[in-house]
Amino acid sequence: MSQIPLIWYCLLILALFLYVLLDGFDLGVGILFPFAPSDESRDLMMNSIAPFWDGNETWLVLSGGGLLAAFPLAYAILMPAFYMPVILMLLGLIFRGVAFEFRFKAVRARRVWDYAFHFGSVLAAFMQGMILGSYVGGVQVAGRSFAGGPFDWVSAYSFMTGVALIFGYALLGSTWLVMKTEALTQNWARKCASYVLAYVALFLVIVSISVPTMNSAIRQLWFSFPDFFYLLPMPLASAVLIVSIWRQLGRGAQISPFLMSLGVFLLGYIGWGISLWPWLVPFAVTFRQAAAAPSSQAFLLAGTLFVLPLILAYVAYCYYVFRGKVSQGGYY
Amino acid sequence: MLAHLDPVLLSRMQFAFIIAFHILFPSFTIGLASWLAVLQWRWLRTGNPVYGDVYHMWIKIFAVVFGMGVVSGVVMSFQFGTNWAAFADRAGNILGPLLGYEVLTAFFLEASFLGVMLFGKNRVGPKTYFAANIIVALGTLLSAFWILAANSWMQTPRGYTIAANGLIYPADWKQIIFNPSFPFRFVHMVTAAYLTTAFVAGGVGAWYLLQSRHTRQARIMFGMAMIMAIFVSPLQLLFGDAHGRNTFEYQPEKVAAMEGLWETQRGAPSILFGWPDQKDEVTKYAIEIPKLSSLILTHKLDGMVRGLKEWPKEDRPPVPLVFFAFRAMVVLGVLMILTGLTALVLFFRKHLFDTRWFLRWCVAMSPAGFLAVLAGWCISETGRQPWVIEGIMRTSQAVSPVKGFSVALSFCAFVLTYGVVFGAGVHYIVKLIKKGPEAPGEIYGSHGLSQPPLITDPASKKD
Repeated sequence: MSQIPLIWYCLLILALFLYVLLDGFDLGVGILFPFAPSDESRDLMMNSIAPFWDGNETWLVLSGGGLLAAFPLAYAILMPAFYMPVILMLLGLIFRGVAFEFRFKAVRARRVWDYAFHFGSVLAAFMQGMILGSYVGGVQVAGRSFAGGPFDWVSAYSFMTGVALIFGYALLGSTWLVMKTEALTQNWARKCASYVLAYVALFLVIVSISVPTMNSAIRQLWFSFPDFFYLLPMPLASAVLIVSIWRQLGRGAQISPFLMSLGVFLLGYIGWGISLWPWLVPFAVTFRQAAAAPSSQAFLLAGTLFVLPLILAYVAYCYYVFRGKVSQGGYY
Repeated sequence: MLAHLDPVLLSRMQFAFIIAFHILFPSFTIGLASWLAVLQWRWLRTGNPVYGDVYHMWIKIFAVVFGMGVVSGVVMSFQFGTNWAAFADRAGNILGPLLGYEVLTAFFLEASFLGVMLFGKNRVGPKTYFAANIIVALGTLLSAFWILAANSWMQTPRGYTIAANGLIYPADWKQIIFNPSFPFRFVHMVTAAYLTTAFVAGGVGAWYLLQSRHTRQARIMFGMAMIMAIFVSPLQLLFGDAHGRNTFEYQPEKVAAMEGLWETQRGAPSILFGWPDQKDEVTKYAIEIPKLSSLILTHKLDGMVRGLKEWPKEDRPPVPLVFFAFRAMVVLGVLMILTGLTALVLFFRKHLFDTRWFLRWCVAMSPAGFLAVLAGWCISETGRQPWVIEGIMRTSQAVSPVKGFSVALSFCAFVLTYGVVFGAGVHYIVKLIKKGPEAPGEIYGSHGLSQPPLITDPASKKD
């Protein structure tokens, strides 16, 4: 059996994870935007992510494009299945994306773009969370296409995961601001982070308990002997991380809360990934069944293995260029 | 009532709307990124701050346009799945890797270094800053390369096999990427993007000159734009002609629709104007030039040109749209060439910058590039119908299993959103143009130059 589909599966999971982390913090900044203490803070918040948001969103395009390239069948099933939430997410991303440029050009309409930035970010995060929640519940498939209805993605559970992701991104956003800002804005961000952290912990508990109850295969994975003990360190580590973020925030740490929040996301993401292995369209199509022609996967993989390290290197360089605390002005 | 909504028609309308909006932004940014690099290079070479003023004005516009291009482009990358899932499933093996390479080699490059270009001026050295600009410009061209390879493959598919279950498999990647229409489409489109930018910049420069504002900066904008109009718009005619003859070879029914030609004949006339009637299979009220079509397409007076009746009715594209779009594109192209010729005459008479009627004409021509690009893509895409992949898959088979009313809702949402967001974008761009270059450079004399250092001036050709 060729291992290329497996490599692509891993690459895609990596791309999506980088998207969640990177756009997560800048969506989080948008979610917190209207609650900032002053207009000056809002300028700083915007400037702290302005050089990065475009690159961050590219990981979403890579996840979508990678899915089409490596697993076209999954792409052709999932996109119609999540037609409305994907479109709503895109509309949210449009409003927040243009706000970066528009709010600095606008005078009277500045408030409008502030709110476009906020509601766009909230909408995008909420829809991503809802997609995640209904994805775990499974997708109806007949033959090679989606066979469910247009509102299959709406349920109390997906609503909950939507709200949970808003809080998750807000945690990333607030700890990012603790790292990148000073004084008034930083103090406010620190308060936000501890407040949001409590909700994130609550939602993590709910999701950890609920996901295994939704599907017998997932339940068996998490609650059978001895797998239970192999997997136990993950929820424990999440708990430890959340407690230490709390303590680090109290101590006035600047960088570690952000890094640890990334850790919380990593653990949650791994747990989610393990639960759904090896499904790409949950409970209908595995990643091997959805794999593109071997020649297609190999053709793109050859380039990816060469280009991806390069991308990671120059993305890191761009973050390095804009290192340190964000300052007022410095606009082109 | 909702049950009667046709997802195919609605998806086509939505796709046409979204892609027509999207193509305006890359058409502008491909040219603008390269022009900004040229401006910066002149600035670094000559130390003349006027180039810096022009650069600083246009990079702000670039930022707005690029932002709009990014968000409308993200929508594009999901459309293939949300609305054209059957197409994604059948052709994913081929188109997926091409689009994947676009993201990997171009999108990341542009997005990352755009940050440096827009915000990094005080954080990196001038050479790195210039390099970031060059990288962004290269990124836009690479992006066009992959996207046009994918589109051209849908027009002239090569290097594939079709399995028993209908799925399309790649056989030869070199043939897939460098399919017969790709080189022509790539050159034609990139040139179109450069011309689009040139006519916008020229129009803005002319507008300042008419008002005697920002004169030195305006002369740079207008002068450089006229260089493009003089040298590049005639080239575009040659590229377009080559592209047309390529289409004649590989998609003759598209050319027949462009010409409004129904009967196959030797020495086919060129119809200047008329009314193609799809039902009666005739072009009414036609004003013709005898034998011209054959001459252009085959380079022989009595060359054979196939008419639309050669194809069954269900395989013909919607003729009027293709027919009129082609005429619009040609007229715009000719006007661009005439603009270039007039500029050349005025330049030798030393009145390029102060002939008021010509400046007004150039202001009016500023949207010409956008309109020509839209018309060109209308020919290319509508002319391919009823196929989504020429000869292999029909558009009607390509659609997703989604309900008509979902698509109707999303289409309305896109129209509203794009109307508001891009309307605002245009408003801010106009505001930036009205404001003009901010810090006017010092007097040229203080930089040891005896004359205004303009591209069109002999003085600047020394360095």
